[in-house]
This record gives sequence, structure tokens and C-alpha cells, in this order.
Amino acid sequence: MLFFVKQAIQDILSNSFLYGVTVITIAFLILIVSAFGLFFLNVDDMICSWKKEVRMMVYLKKDINENQLFDLKRKIKGISGISNATFISRDEALKYLKEQMKRQSSLLDNLEKNPLPDAFEITISQSIANPEKIESIATRVEVFPQVEDVEYGQRWIGRFINIFNLFRLAGFTMSCLFLMATVFIVANTIRLVLYSKREELEIMRIVGASNIFIKAPFYIVGILEGAVGGVIGIAGLFIAFSFISSSMEQTASSCIINIRFFPLSISCGIIFCSIFVAWLGCYFSLRQFLKV
Amino acid sequence: MIDKNAIIRVFHVHKRYGSKNALIDVTFDVAKNEFLFISGPNGAGKSSLLKLLYLAEGVSEGEILIDGINLSRISRKRIPLLRRKIGVIFQDFKLIPTKTVFENVALVLEVAGNKKHTIQKKVKRLLRAGGMEEKLDSYPAGLSSGEQQRVAFARAVAGDPKIILADEPTGSLDDESAGIILDILKKLHVLGTTVIIATHNKELIHTISARTIYLEKGRLKQDIPRTSKIISL
Ligand SMILES: Nc1ncnc2c1ncn2[C@@H]1O[C@H](COP(=O)(O)OP(=O)(O)OP(=O)(O)O)[C@@H](O)[C@H]1O
Ligand SMILES: [Mg+2]
Repeated sequence: MLFFVKQAIQDILSNSFLYGVTVITIAFLILIVSAFGLFFLNVDDMICSWKKEVRMMVYLKKDINENQLFDLKRKIKGISGISNATFISRDEALKYLKEQMKRQSSLLDNLEKNPLPDAFEITISQSIANPEKIESIATRVEVFPQVEDVEYGQRWIGRFINIFNLFRLAGFTMSCLFLMATVFIVANTIRLVLYSKREELEIMRIVGASNIFIKAPFYIVGILEGAVGGVIGIAGLFIAFSFISSSMEQTASSCIINIRFFPLSISCGIIFCSIFVAWLGCYFSLRQFLKV
Repeated sequence: MIDKNAIIRVFHVHKRYGSKNALIDVTFDVAKNEFLFISGPNGAGKSSLLKLLYLAEGVSEGEILIDGINLSRISRKRIPLLRRKIGVIFQDFKLIPTKTVFENVALVLEVAGNKKHTIQKKVKRLLRAGGMEEKLDSYPAGLSSGEQQRVAFARAVAGDPKIILADEPTGSLDDESAGIILDILKKLHVLGTTVIIATHNKELIHTISARTIYLEKGRLKQDIPRTSKIISL
């Protein structure tokens, strides 16, 4: 065992440039792949939080009397899946708007008439909040004659998810390609080293070295490359992430988007993946080389 | 006649490199504990024959048995084990340039899984016997070819092989060093090792009374037994 480690270290020292370049390449590829991963992780978070948003605004036509309003409220509450419906009168809505706008609210003072419609705010039970169900509720509410329009986030989230899934597919494909490239790069550097040491390896074989004995130092080097490359890649991504997130906090005043880094387990997983990929590279080149 | 005692059996062996015939229909047996010369002019096929015996190359045709194992049917796992029974001194030494003298010799014991302590002791003893104790940490490039040959010799015998294959073992040595090496080979032979020496050096062959196989253009031309002193070349 000690012999293998010694051999591996000797190997790294005598090919330090080659291995250095490989490690940097691995680090770079891991950085790109995990950057994709991080992006999708955060967008997923966002979508999740939007999905929890189960409110729906039902804007009403003008000039509805109390009677119709009462009817409507009862009908809406009768729809299964709706847990609550609160009436927001146009005056309340305006007041709320003024509060929100604070300084600019003087703009609103000049209005002759309140332009806002009456509305119901509908809360949908969490348990059934899936896009299809919400859409079916929306269509049922829309057909009531007193309803002017129904608005809810899910409508465009649905479209966004479709586009986003396409992105995800593209990102996934690219990540796979990058990982394959990593395997290829590791395999090639190992092959170069194998080639430069072929006489030495031949001698080792003739004096009776088993295949494992010959291969082990290369696996050690390969796994080390993968580990170091992975750690550097993740560290690089973390530094880039820290910059981006701090600058985002400065610009986005109302911090709607709450971005986060990979949890430790996923970070370790990525490094592990990098090691595996490097190991695979070793495996391929060694298998080819020792076929004889 | 020596079937039962044979440690090496070469049976109708051909070796081709592309269209070049290096060995043509070579057949002979080597008994356990035999001392054998393989002789012949340059390009006769001596090294090619030894390469087949130490499993660096495979035969093109025919069969070779070593210690009861057919080389064309040996499982991959057993090849290293068989190789550890064979000590080889190469015509061009084949020392590993990135390893020191000590490491080069120690390698043989390391691949066989010896303990570090044992390796240290044995390698130092061998190199001291070869007068190389001051060059333990030198690299092969810093040695004269005679010194390299001595290291190669130490490496060949380090693993206590049953068979020693030597390709021009005295090629780069002065008469005195050659005599020492030959003496050691004779001693190992007396201790039970099978020794096979390939050489075109007739003087060397004449110094020892031993069986000699004479190759020419890849063919086995003569097999001169030990008792016969006259070699009609
Ligand atoms: N790897 C090879 N590829 C092609 N031809 C080869 C190879 N090895 C040996 N030969 C050819 O086989 C023939 C026998 O070579 P070999 O090295 O066995 O001769 P030798 O008897 O050892 O000669 P020498 O006394 O010069 O060492 C030569 O003609 C050589 O050119
Ligand atoms: Mg030769």
C-alpha cells in the first residue's frame, strides 16, 4: 500500500504539469456543471414557493348589487377546493394600494373616480393546490355572469414550468456531455502517462507485478485528480455564488428571491461524482492499455 | 529422456515478426537444474527465444511449457506468479531510469509482496555482494554499463527464481567482472537453479562445460550435450 502511494506521488511529481492541467480542467467542468445544478435548484425553490401561493383574485363587473354579491359569494364558496373567499371592496383596494405606494400615493389623490373593481380574494386549500385543479376552479369561477376576470399566478407559472423544463433538459444534456468530456480528459492524460512509462511498466510486468500492482498507483492519481478538481470546482462556484448573491441583495430592494447554495450533502455528492468520473477515466485507459 | 525432469519444454515453436521469421520450428527440453547456453550469431533468434520464455512475447506457433504450465493456456492471473519464478537479465539491462539502484532491485521483492524490512536487508546484501553498496541511491543513468549490468544481475536473482534467463550477461563487463558474474551463476546452479545463458561469446561458452544449443537464422542447428567438449562451429 505504501508502495502504491509512493509510486503515485512520484508519478504526480514527474508529470506535475500534465496533472495540473487536468485538475484545472476537471475543476472548470465541475464548476460549469454544478453551476447549472445550482441555477435549477434555485429556480425549483422559486417555483415551489409560487406553487404554495394559492390565492386567486376574482374581479367583478361594475354595478353589482348586494344581493348578487351575496349569491356569488355563496356559489364561490360552494366550489369544492375553495377554503375561503374574502370580499375586497374597491374602496378597500384603493386604500391598500395607497398604503403600498406611500410616497407616490399623492398621484392617486388626483383621481376623480376609483378605477379599481370590487373583488373576491379566494384561498384554495393547500392539499389540492396542483396546477390542473386550480385551473379547473378558475374556469368554474370565470363563467359566473358577475365575474369580469380571474387572475392567479399559477396560470403563467404553468407556462413558465414548461419552458423551464425545456431548459432543464438542455442543462441536463449539457452536464452529461461535460461529464463525458471529463472522463475523456482523464482517460487521455492517464494514457499519455502510461505511454511515457510503457517501458517501465513492461519491466514491472516481467519481474512479476500483477495487474493490480501496476494499476493501483494510476487509480490513486486519478481519484486524487477527481477529488482535487471537484473541491476546486465547488469552491470556485461558492465564491462566484457569494459575489452574485451579495450583489443581488444590494440591488433587489425587496428581497423576493431568496437564493441559496447547495447543502453540504449535495456538495459532497458533486465531489464524489467528480471522483467517480475520474475513476472511470482511469478505468477506460487502463483497460485499453493492459489488454495486450 | 528428460521428460519427467524437464522444467522447460519448447515444442515446434515458431516466432514471426510480421513476415520476418525469428524462430523456425524450434524444439528442445531443459531439465531442472540444467546449465544451458544458447549460442549463435547476431540475429540468430537467441533473444527472441528468451523473450518467449519470460513471457514478454507469445509464440506464433507451437507450445512452451514452463514448470508444467502451458504458456498458451495460462490464465492471466497466474502469469505474474510464473514470472516471479523466472529471473531475467536483459541484453539492454532494462533498468527503470526513474528509480534508484536500490529501488530497481527492490521492485522484484515488492511485487512479490515481501515485507519492507526483508526487502531492505536483502537488497542491500545483494548490492554489497555486487560491489554496488555506494551507489544505492544513484540512478541508472549515472552508472557505467558494467555497473548497470551488475544491478540488472542483482535484480534477476533477488526473487530467488527457479530459472535464470540471461541475455548476454557479460556483454558489458571486463574479464574480471564477467568471471565474478559467471561464478555466481555457477553457484546458483549448484544450489539448484536452472540457468540459461544466451550469448554469441564463444570464450564464455568454452570456460564452462555445459550443454549448448546452437541457433542459426532462427533454426536449432545443434544441441551439444555437456560431456562433449568439442564444439564444431
Ligand atoms: N520486435 C521485433 N520486431 C521485428 N523483428 C524482430 C523483433 N525482434 C527481433 N526481430 C528479428 O528477429 C531476428 C532475431 O532477433 P534476435 O534479437 O532474437 O537475435 P539475437 O540472436 O538475439 O541477436 P543478437 O546476438 O544480436 O542479440 C532478427 O532478424 C531481428 O531483426
Ligand atoms: Mg540478442
